[in-house]
Amino acid sequence: MPRATKPLTPAATDPSAIRNFCIIAHIDHGKSTLADRMLQITGVVAERDMRAQYLDRMDIERERGITIKSQAVRMPWASDGATYALNMIDTPGHVDFTYEVSRSLAACEGAILLVDAAQGIEAQTLANLYLALENDLAIVPVLNKIDLPAADPEKYARELAQLIGGSPDDVLRVSGKTGEGVEALLDEVVARIPAPVGDPGAPARAMIFDSVYDAYRGVVTYVRMVDGRLQPRERIQMMSTRAVHELLEIGVSAPEPEPTRGLAVGEVGYLITGVKDVRQSKVGDTVTNSAKPATTPLPGYTDPKPMVFSGLYPIDGSDYPDLREALDKLKLSDAALQYEPETSVALGFGFRCGFLGLLHLEIVTERLSREFGLDLITTAPSVIYDVTLEDGKEFQVTNPSEFPTGGKVSEVREPIVRTAILAPKDYVGTIMELCQSRRGTLLGMDYLGEDRVEIRYTMPLGEIVFDFFDQLKSKTAGYASLDYEPAGEQAADLVKVDILLQGEQVDAFSTIVHRDKAYAYGTMMAERLRKLIPRQQFEVPIQAAIGSRIIARENIRAMRKDVLAKCYGGDITRKRKLLEKQKEGKKRMKMVGRVEVPQEAFIAALSGDVEKKAEKK
Amino acid sequence: MPSALPDGEPAPPDGSLPAGVLEGAAERAFGVYLHVPFCRVRCGYCDFNTYTATELQGARQEDFAAQAVAEVRFARGVLDRAGLPSRPASTVFFGGGTPTLLPTADLARMLDAVRDAFSLADGAEVTTEANPDSVDREALLRLADAGVTRISLGMQSAVPRVLAVLDRTHDPARIPLVVGWAREAGLAVSLDLIHGAPGETLDDWLESLRAALGLEPDHVSAYALIVEEGTRLAARIRRGELPAPDDDLQAEMYEAADELLGAAGYAWYEVSNWARTPADRSRHNLAYWTGEDWWGVGPGAHSHVGGVRWWNVKHPGAYARRIADGASPAQARERLDAAARVQEELLLRTRIADGYPIERLGDAGRRAVAGLIADGLVDGAEAIRGRLVPTLRGRLLADLVVRTLAD
Repeated sequence: MPRATKPLTPAATDPSAIRNFCIIAHIDHGKSTLADRMLQITGVVAERDMRAQYLDRMDIERERGITIKSQAVRMPWASDGATYALNMIDTPGHVDFTYEVSRSLAACEGAILLVDAAQGIEAQTLANLYLALENDLAIVPVLNKIDLPAADPEKYARELAQLIGGSPDDVLRVSGKTGEGVEALLDEVVARIPAPVGDPGAPARAMIFDSVYDAYRGVVTYVRMVDGRLQPRERIQMMSTRAVHELLEIGVSAPEPEPTRGLAVGEVGYLITGVKDVRQSKVGDTVTNSAKPATTPLPGYTDPKPMVFSGLYPIDGSDYPDLREALDKLKLSDAALQYEPETSVALGFGFRCGFLGLLHLEIVTERLSREFGLDLITTAPSVIYDVTLEDGKEFQVTNPSEFPTGGKVSEVREPIVRTAILAPKDYVGTIMELCQSRRGTLLGMDYLGEDRVEIRYTMPLGEIVFDFFDQLKSKTAGYASLDYEPAGEQAADLVKVDILLQGEQVDAFSTIVHRDKAYAYGTMMAERLRKLIPRQQFEVPIQAAIGSRIIARENIRAMRKDVLAKCYGGDITRKRKLLEKQKEGKKRMKMVGRVEVPQEAFIAALSGDVEKKAEKK
Repeated sequence: MPSALPDGEPAPPDGSLPAGVLEGAAERAFGVYLHVPFCRVRCGYCDFNTYTATELQGARQEDFAAQAVAEVRFARGVLDRAGLPSRPASTVFFGGGTPTLLPTADLARMLDAVRDAFSLADGAEVTTEANPDSVDREALLRLADAGVTRISLGMQSAVPRVLAVLDRTHDPARIPLVVGWAREAGLAVSLDLIHGAPGETLDDWLESLRAALGLEPDHVSAYALIVEEGTRLAARIRRGELPAPDDDLQAEMYEAADELLGAAGYAWYEVSNWARTPADRSRHNLAYWTGEDWWGVGPGAHSHVGGVRWWNVKHPGAYARRIADGASPAQARERLDAAARVQEELLLRTRIADGYPIERLGDAGRRAVAGLIADGLVDGAEAIRGRLVPTLRGRLLADLVVRTLAD
């Protein structure tokens, strides 16, 4: 039986009865399950409608247990005889979406810091906690999964208390799974998190903390009202673009959308204007009333900037128009996605795409494959390099094949990031070794609690995007977690390594690496390709080169026999069917000069499947 | 384990053939293949449809000849009902298994049945496969007397170590004796050899070739060993007990065979076959490669009549039941459409010395010919004369040649 029998009405709720909070947690630490329990306990979702992880809408999110798009839910709650409206704002849990996280945090006065009682805090959580503290949020520390046999709440309560101050007794203990402690947690949210403050008489100002594309309703914009109020049928204005739209619908999520008579100071809800592209509703922008506009926008708005670039190519060249259409559609719901057409000698027509980070890249490629049925090749991720030529000209390179060859380059600058790695202390040596090998500079190291360490490094982003995370996970049995944030750029001795098949450059394999690593990359790639490319009727040399200088070489020996010895009466049908299959296979071959390269070889060479398979054996 | 049969459409229970088979039938030769599915032991590399005594599960070797005779008569009825012209059998081939495991009288009965149903053409080629230890002088004389004209002897190797890896039980010293007896009986002789068995060296192979040539056969088949899935050999290689055959070594062995056989006066006429004169070529096997008609009798046997291919049920027990019920033993069939026929002709004819007529290639295929000549895969002079004939290198890469030419 829910406690609040008479929920407060939106647009007519006193700010003192509102609490806006979010949940900061690592993937797998049970945020969605806890949110589900809150929906149930406050009665906004009936028992029979409950499905696991109610708020995660996309399949990918539900499968991977992560939240990509945030959403806000208004829940009624009664505590000490008074009725409240609790707005739970869901935040993306991953480092690629730091900016989106920061805007979600800016919409709240407090945050539940949710930590798995069997695992302790992780690097990304720590990063988001820093952000929350920077936004002056009140923190409610909570240990989740206390029902697990492996839970050690005493130990991790001490760890949390040491981290944020206060006593271990202030750390709440819940089980999202059983519901234990969740009511008490809601009471603490009311008690510890301050009510929002704003000027009801001032011109309307609402901050956009998320915008989502919905195939039926167009863009749904989530806002936090700061000053004034917004009402249906008003004309609103986006302060960064000055674009004006009519407010077709305004309401709150409870958690299904419920139209209201408006939103007032401190409230959280959604707006629908009929626009079709999320770029017209930018996260961080301020919404005001066009008839009576505010003079100053809310602080903190920036444009999303891609950090990682990769070429996306359809495996079947005839899918190119479908890929274009799919990207055009994805763009509607993903303001950070950037792309432009690109041609590769080896891979044909495709797009060079910019992403916020590696996870963003992975999500986009997975959505392209799952929602649009596209088979794609993804080239090795690259970052932005600032190149200065000897004649003083400067330009940016996001695709290694554009990197100038020859001696004309006077300086190359690469983006660097500050990374924080959290891991059990036993792995410190291994992690430091890995970071050093990736040109990292140690910034510092801190113990978190008794046996866990935070190690901070400055590293080139280019080193991180190249399988660093996989390496980190495999070297630490999956225990280490990683967070990074941009930290400017540095000059470095970078060169482009090209890979040549029978003297023909394979542009998809060109990469920009530090000079000290060029040889290692060249030998690794040449060896990979030797294992992946089937023998041809002639010998195929594979070379790695910096400009015209060959730094590594492998040979694929000529194939001498490709014939079935026997072909009698009973073999003919089998042989014809085999030929038909081989003809299909030939269609999936890409020609590099005269060399037939199976698509699978490109994919495997780019993804490093060769070594992974070898390791498994 | 015998290999699996292909997938196909259901075959009609009365064996009836579609009308399309009539087209051009008068120009096509007709042959009969008789499959004897019995062996004393199963060789580790073999995936043919054959059974040892313990694998027969109730089917009886001594009943087989009668069943085969019944299918030969059934065949005549089916071909007649289809309206096909009466054609004498120009070739008959006993294959297996080990046909010579049956009493000579059984083989004679089966051949008589072919003679009764279709008659034998003048100068018909009648071949039986034989294992060196399953025939003696008397058997060969009786076979010749029954009408057999040619013996294909499973010599495989002259090197005991190689024979052991192949699970062959015969004594290599017996080969010259059997060849002598066959000659005495007036039979043409073909020797079957296998190269590239695990552990076999190039010297081993040369020794086998020389031993075979020393016996002056009329015909030699030399096969690169294929490790077929599901065989004991494949399992032993997978477990690491034996090394996998090496393609490069097999290629070298093939080149050595072509050189030695050529020097001794034998000319290749199909990828794995050499004959002393054109008259010594296996006409029955050539019929497979040039699209003639043949009826395959016995369990798992394949047939081809005018663009329809079918194959019989595999197990001798299932086969016996079909025959006893007077039903067609066919398990399934496929009707080749025009495109499939083109593919087959291309892939079969590019393996033989008579070659493939270039004018039948599609546009893309014709454009590819010059490149194949430049790469030394196709004989340039023959191509100018309009025939696509593989070179020695082209024979070793015949599948690649076909892939290049197929549209």
